[in-house]
Amino acid sequence: MGIQVLAVDDSRTMRDMLRLALTGAGIETHLAEDGVHGLEVLEEIDRPDAIITDINMPRMDGFGFIEAVRAREETRTIPILVLSTESAAELKARAREGGATGWIVKPFDPEKLVKALNMVTG
Amino acid sequence: MSDPMAEIRASFFIECEELLESLQDSLELMDSGEADDETVNVMFRAVHSIKGGAGAFGLDELVAFAHKFETVMDMVRNGDLTPDHELVKLFFVCGDKLSDLVRQARDGEEYDPTQYADTLAKLDALIGEDESDEEEIDFQPAALSLELGGEGEGTAPGLPDLPGLPPLGGDDGADADAAAASQEPVLHIRFTPETALYASGNEPLYLFRAVRDLGDLTVRCIEDKLPPLEALDPEKAFLSWELTLLSGEGEAAVREAFDFVDGLCELTVTEQTAAGGDSQPDPVETAAPSTGSPDKSGADTSAELPTPAAPSGTRAAPIDTAEPAEKPAAPPADKKAGKPQAKSAGSKSTGAKKSAAATPRATVRVDLDRIDRLVNLVGEIVINQAMLSQSVEEAGLPPNSPVRTGLDEFLQLTRDIQESVMMIRAQPVKSLFQRMARIVREASAAVGKEVRLITEGENTEIDKTVIERLADPLTHMIRNAVDHGLESAEERLAVGKCAEGIITLNASHRSGRVVIEISDDGAGINRERVHQIAIDKGLIDPDLQLSDSDIDNLLFLPGFSTASEVSNLSGRGVGMDVVRSAIQALGGRISIASTAGKGTTFSISLPLTLAVLDGMIVRVAGETLVVPLNVIQETLALGPDDIRPFGPDTHVVNIRNTFVPLLDLGAELGYREPLVDYANSVILLIAQDDGERAAVVVDSIEDQRQVVIKGLQDSYGHVPGIAAATILGDGQIALILDPLDLISEASGCTRPQSSSELTAG
Amino acid sequence: MTEELNETAAPVEVEEKELLSFLVSGQDYSVDIMSVREIRSGASATSLPHSPDYVRGVINLRGTVLPIIDLAKRLGMEADLDESRNVIIVVAVEDRTFGLMVDAVSDILSIPEHEMQTPPEMRADVEHNFVSALTIVKDRMIRVLDLNAVMPPSREEAA
Repeated sequence: MGIQVLAVDDSRTMRDMLRLALTGAGIETHLAEDGVHGLEVLEEIDRPDAIITDINMPRMDGFGFIEAVRAREETRTIPILVLSTESAAELKARAREGGATGWIVKPFDPEKLVKALNMVTG
Repeated sequence: MSDPMAEIRASFFIECEELLESLQDSLELMDSGEADDETVNVMFRAVHSIKGGAGAFGLDELVAFAHKFETVMDMVRNGDLTPDHELVKLFFVCGDKLSDLVRQARDGEEYDPTQYADTLAKLDALIGEDESDEEEIDFQPAALSLELGGEGEGTAPGLPDLPGLPPLGGDDGADADAAAASQEPVLHIRFTPETALYASGNEPLYLFRAVRDLGDLTVRCIEDKLPPLEALDPEKAFLSWELTLLSGEGEAAVREAFDFVDGLCELTVTEQTAAGGDSQPDPVETAAPSTGSPDKSGADTSAELPTPAAPSGTRAAPIDTAEPAEKPAAPPADKKAGKPQAKSAGSKSTGAKKSAAATPRATVRVDLDRIDRLVNLVGEIVINQAMLSQSVEEAGLPPNSPVRTGLDEFLQLTRDIQESVMMIRAQPVKSLFQRMARIVREASAAVGKEVRLITEGENTEIDKTVIERLADPLTHMIRNAVDHGLESAEERLAVGKCAEGIITLNASHRSGRVVIEISDDGAGINRERVHQIAIDKGLIDPDLQLSDSDIDNLLFLPGFSTASEVSNLSGRGVGMDVVRSAIQALGGRISIASTAGKGTTFSISLPLTLAVLDGMIVRVAGETLVVPLNVIQETLALGPDDIRPFGPDTHVVNIRNTFVPLLDLGAELGYREPLVDYANSVILLIAQDDGERAAVVVDSIEDQRQVVIKGLQDSYGHVPGIAAATILGDGQIALILDPLDLISEASGCTRPQSSSELTAG
Repeated sequence: MTEELNETAAPVEVEEKELLSFLVSGQDYSVDIMSVREIRSGASATSLPHSPDYVRGVINLRGTVLPIIDLAKRLGMEADLDESRNVIIVVAVEDRTFGLMVDAVSDILSIPEHEMQTPPEMRADVEHNFVSALTIVKDRMIRVLDLNAVMPPSREEAA
């Protein structure tokens, strides 16, 4: 579908799965292993059409990452989907407050993930 | 491995190993009281990642266990629980169980709930009833759910669940059904975003596109709230939209499309049949909780709606043409404006594009087979080079000719490549040591001793295969150390030691080999008792005078076991003799040192790699053989007086006044009859770790060089006296001797007349 | 890989088996062509100590150690004395690869499945254990070898 996505997750397995699911749908996929790395990758690549991020990560967690993305002029409007095993309401509320666009509970269904991406990127 | 999911699954289990390792590290920090806040975070994340991956592969038991474990760790993280000694102990057990579950899942073994019941019960007790119930629901093979605001499993306070409303409200149901058969129902949607909707990266246009996927859509923008330009705050939301959708998908589908923005907008969805425009049911409203005064605009909305009766006629603004109208009004979500900004942000952006896969850290995971293929190929180069050197030499080129010097450099390079390639297979011994930590925990619990394991040199690297094959012998030695090496707490206290016994596991590089030491601070070997047992079991001659080290080495004799009754720990019919053969099979040596009252140390010395070997090339009966250099103590030529007849079929060799049995290699391998006369033969003096020696007769020594080891085991099977094969410079295969196997299997026959016994070995 | 392809590619009217036939001490034998990796001329083998007499030894096959079975000896027949004419058929069974030393390779045959006969039970012949099927081509009886049986017995105690 010709879009570019940055996926941030500290689990290699999850990154592998995301890459498989996304590239399989024709989405150009960039991967990062935590928030700090995610911000570094954002510096390097063209503005992605969407970001997928985990919450529990070392160095900089998902909340910090979302806030940092939203705080940067050039990235603040990028849709961000949270992909987490957590589904507690207060965590979701916190993510939304920070500026998350959507929340997807792991384990994810690749088809629905792509659908969600479609939805937030057009 | 062409199935990508299978590959990911395989790599998930590799990741699990790493995560379990970091969990173990953190637990050890915690146990030693050196933990900080990050330690518990690291533990939590390790278990969390395992859970996440396990969920993706439907490994429910693993998910359930990891979740409970994680929940308790979260309680520690939040300060609800204090990680005291007992809790850390439980965590260690959890870590062990988790690694069992991972292994079971990987190997497809049956899940045995009884193995985990105890541990789960302990975790449950800590978690308390409510939480453990809640999580059951949470982690049902959780299908995907897309949500923000958390109405998910009904856990969100104050947020309405999406009602599973029938397509039509109230008593119009029957009409609707009838109408649906002939014509699609019409849905009226009123959508008023809040500013927060834009701030969260959502974009009305995309939402509309998602709605359009459901059916025929007409969109109208309502701009009446839009202030004059000079008063316009571009960051604020002023617009709302009316959408008319012709679709049989129903209201729920529409609401699903707006799922992400639930709570960030006002949304009303009303449904009517195209035919029955007369019945306008009450709008169903999902009021945003943050909106203090929901705008009850439902009535106005319906009033402003275009007549939905004739769909094709009223397509006033199909969504595509509506685009320009929305664009300026949807302030921050402008992709096209964002792009150039991002580009200008860094000059490296274009160049960095090729790092698209942005792989974290500079590591690559490679199939072991590929590495082995590479190791083999480099081995081929070494062999080919030897052949080339030979031809160049035969061609009579002078030693300092460009070809010869070039070839020498090439040779050096190849050696470097070979070494580098070998290093790819090397791994730190850490994972092995961690497995031993578990053995210590279990073994000490089984015999009721307090034992602390200290590991040193965990980052020492050694060939992966060596690590794998060390696990069993090390396990046995650790159990031995706990069971026999260390005294009971009372005994320890009585001699003024700390009640807690200490076992030290140390790895280090020493002159091109890896040395692993297993030490305990126990009572040391009871030599009197060992000696007596060996005599009682008829293993040695009672009159034999033995040095301390001789007695210590009795432990390696087959059939020796110090425990008066076979203990359920170190027993199992495995003795130190088996440990020793396992070590020797790896090209290693094992030795023992013990001080009364202070403890015992076993040292294992291993080659860095199993792929190459320094060997001596010898000729016997027309065959070329390779003898590992590390077992050859010396080479000598015998004079006639050095050989003495021993038994009717055997000889011994006098080497500086000690007598060593003579072995005729050609005869032992069945290549030929024993020789009539061994005078002037070439002898390799081969020494075993226990000090036992043998003088092995060969016809001649050809060369001394490094050879690439080619396994025979896989292609053919075990050949007595032979460890492996290699390929020589001329392309011929030469067998590599296993001198220790040869000695233990040897007939020792060195006289031609009794040749019938030769092949008996 | 090739096996898979072949199985799926055959849209079958007649199930056919492809065999590589060869001569051992003047007799016709064959193996399923799917297990054949290559055919090469004989090379001088390095003998293995304590091995059965039908194990000729090992040769270097492009860097791997390939055990060679003298098929004539294995089948209890007279070995051809002129070894220079020998041919080695490299076969793979499960995860093991080894070479069969034969007199000469004859042909590649396509035999319809229904023309394959089960060999008669003849306990007097050692050989019978090694033959999994029989077929007749141009009046010549071709024996299909059971490669699993031909291999030296067990991995561990080969001696």
